[in-house]
Amino acid sequence: MAPQNDTVPHAGTGTELVKRGMAEQLKGGVIMDVVTPEQAKIAEDAGAVAVMALERVPADIRAQGGIARMSDPDMIDGIIQAVSIPVMAKARIGHFVEARVLQSLGVDYIDESEVLSPADEAHHIAKSEFTVPFVCGATDLGEALRRISEGAAMIRSKGEAGTGNVVEATRHMRAIRAGIKRLGTLDETELFVAAKELRAPYDLVVEVARLGKLPVVLFTAGGIATPADAAMMMQLGAEGVFVGSGIFKSGDPAQRAAAIVQATTFHDDPDVIAKVSRGLGEAMVGINVATLPESERYATRGW
Amino acid sequence: MSAPLIGVLALQGDVREHLAALREQGAEAVPVRRPEELAAVDGLVLPGGESTTMIKLAARFGLLAPLRAAVRGGLPAYGSCAGMILLADRILDAPPDQETVGGLDVTVRRNAFGRQVDSFESEIALDGELAEAAGESLHAVFIRAPWVEDAGEGVQVLGRVVGGPADGRIVAVRQGNLVATSFHPELTGDRRVHAMFADIVRSHLADSAGAGAGGDEGGQP
Repeated sequence: MAPQNDTVPHAGTGTELVKRGMAEQLKGGVIMDVVTPEQAKIAEDAGAVAVMALERVPADIRAQGGIARMSDPDMIDGIIQAVSIPVMAKARIGHFVEARVLQSLGVDYIDESEVLSPADEAHHIAKSEFTVPFVCGATDLGEALRRISEGAAMIRSKGEAGTGNVVEATRHMRAIRAGIKRLGTLDETELFVAAKELRAPYDLVVEVARLGKLPVVLFTAGGIATPADAAMMMQLGAEGVFVGSGIFKSGDPAQRAAAIVQATTFHDDPDVIAKVSRGLGEAMVGINVATLPESERYATRGW
Repeated sequence: MSAPLIGVLALQGDVREHLAALREQGAEAVPVRRPEELAAVDGLVLPGGESTTMIKLAARFGLLAPLRAAVRGGLPAYGSCAGMILLADRILDAPPDQETVGGLDVTVRRNAFGRQVDSFESEIALDGELAEAAGESLHAVFIRAPWVEDAGEGVQVLGRVVGGPADGRIVAVRQGNLVATSFHPELTGDRRVHAMFADIVRSHLADSAGAGAGGDEGGQP
């Protein structure tokens, strides 16, 4: 049949369905931090569903200090050219111009990230206005819902990036899950109070109570360093995993990356996790989060 | 007749949405990650997701050869987006070493519409058995989607893009028991594609049962 030519080019881009639907395609997968095109290739070969392009992995940001910003556009271009899987990149919290630049570069997802130095101490980016979708970090349900109300199309736990210590990601995943479960037990009157306590829009609170889950995909991030870490997060309700410093700060990045991908898919099968955990070499050196001074905790950034 | 058992390849991707859509069609739907799980199903959905990730995991866990054998042996299969890439005999714009399950005599171009900022939702024109009446359309969502660049003679076109820069591109096809769409009906409420696939699985089951009753099981020409 002869199709009619009656619509404008690329009508229907950047809709909520298109943005949230993109995250649905990443489920069950691992998104890996990379700082060079070579690392991006290693990640793609290992089976990553996407890469996160950034200038320094969180462990190096911690070690070197200073202000952490959006990456050099040349570096992001290089990574986009190197791989066929989606490329994400980080913008500072509240830095809507960095986000505009990343959108113009053609990145597939923007992470408005606490790992970079915040650019605004009160406001996050108004994300609904963009064509490109955003993922944001959260430590509990209220924070997740505030980000969704601003237009985030995907949520991840914050964890404590660059520590190789999964304890904060565990806390955040459990907090988000507990918050969702609690909403399911409340009646309409109580949901009004819950919305006030969560500092989140009432309609979103009702939607979560009805669905029994967030209305967007929930990943985990922050401190995942081993296949078993990734599998535990999946069992705690994560729909996929971000691995930052854990891969390229380890002894054998290619093998560890593949092992974490496999453990994420077979997260409920201890035999597979045991098999892929053998002979991985050195994991990244970890940091005890309890000894981190408050000023060096990234999870407290964002409001 | 009991409900058909339809698997969803569950290595990665939007598995849950396909399971739900199949259950709405009266099928029993189960995730498939292992060869023994594949062997049990009457039909298989290859979901949306990242095709490079799925094919690597399939190869690593000994599922690729059984998948190829099952599809070539006539197992009904439906692939959406990444699943279309996996079912294609030939792919363009993929990493040079990317393998496929194959079976569909088509050439598929990965990320054909562009990057995520070019992803879109739109009405498409239906054709063939997906359209009950001429001019029928379907609201489709395309996410870093592939299209069918070139289809072999035995391939029936079921849907095309209408308007825009990709006007007329083929985005839904059927070849025998194999169905593929560039778009994601599992993410929208429209269940026509899943209903058609469930019917294909039921017919295939009925044919196999008929062949079995005739004492000629597996004796397909």
